[in-house]
Amino acid sequence: MPTIVVDVMPKAELLDPAGKAVAGALHRLGKNEFSAVRIGKRFELTVDGEVTDAVLAEARELAADMLSNGVIEDVVAVRVAD
Amino acid sequence: MRVGVVTFPGSLDDRDAQRAVRLAGAEPVALWHGSHDLEGVDAIVLPGGFSYGDYLRCGAIAARSPIMSEVIDAANAGMPVLGICNGFQILVEAHLLPGGLIRNDHGDFICRDQVLRVENASTAWTNGFTVGDEITIPLKNGEGGFIASDEDLKRLEGEGLVAFRYVGINPNGSLDDIAGLTNARGNVVGLMPHPEHASEAGFGPDTPAAMRSGVDGLTFFTSVLSHTLATA
Repeated sequence: MPTIVVDVMPKAELLDPAGKAVAGALHRLGKNEFSAVRIGKRFELTVDGEVTDAVLAEARELAADMLSNGVIEDVVAVRVAD
Repeated sequence: MRVGVVTFPGSLDDRDAQRAVRLAGAEPVALWHGSHDLEGVDAIVLPGGFSYGDYLRCGAIAARSPIMSEVIDAANAGMPVLGICNGFQILVEAHLLPGGLIRNDHGDFICRDQVLRVENASTAWTNGFTVGDEITIPLKNGEGGFIASDEDLKRLEGEGLVAFRYVGINPNGSLDDIAGLTNARGNVVGLMPHPEHASEAGFGPDTPAAMRSGVDGLTFFTSVLSHTLATA
């Protein structure tokens, strides 16, 4: 069955303590080629049937309204998985 | 007077809120997230806890639960609604209050007796205070950092919609030391600290007078009682 993938990231200007903690661990492991880590969310919406324009539009609406909070996050992608 | 306290899956402080309502002299009514029935209550408390395990975002799933459509309609019609901690997060996710709450800037869960300054004493839940009062009530959260867009923040400050501010320390990185908000009408109030945990001597924060004798939180619940009696 087809899947729509929604990627949500914390807004760039916001502190991301989880990402910072991982970046700190990388630094302690000597992985100094990675200067920062940001952690976001990936939603996989399994579609019952064909992904029509209407279904994709519904997914986009859901991504903006429920799967993300525009005050603190950005929807960076809504796409049909290969 | 009847004050409903909504229990969501993962609510923790629903019974504490019911107890505070009772101590203030009103009748607590247990409401259920899965119902559409407000059971004729005069005011509503959304209690603290970790509804739906904080999945998706704190308060996000609870804000879309069945009873919230009635809570939102009632709030828009002027019924007093208080959101405490997770309840504040639910109010924000339900767009009854602006802004958002994010993980504390220091990354840790924090639990302390917190001093707040009352900034707005004309709401349904704060009319028993005087502007400038400093009160002490417990704070316990991991995601209590209040943020809002520059535009929303300017409006909140300009229109006097900041209800409470942290005094002494800012425990979570909240913008402008904001601990709680009200809507313009003054019937919807949300805050991160827990007034229901400072409502009975012997079980509240320490005061200079005696251990655990702090009852500053009780005024939230007596305020809504006076408000309701005055507008009845």
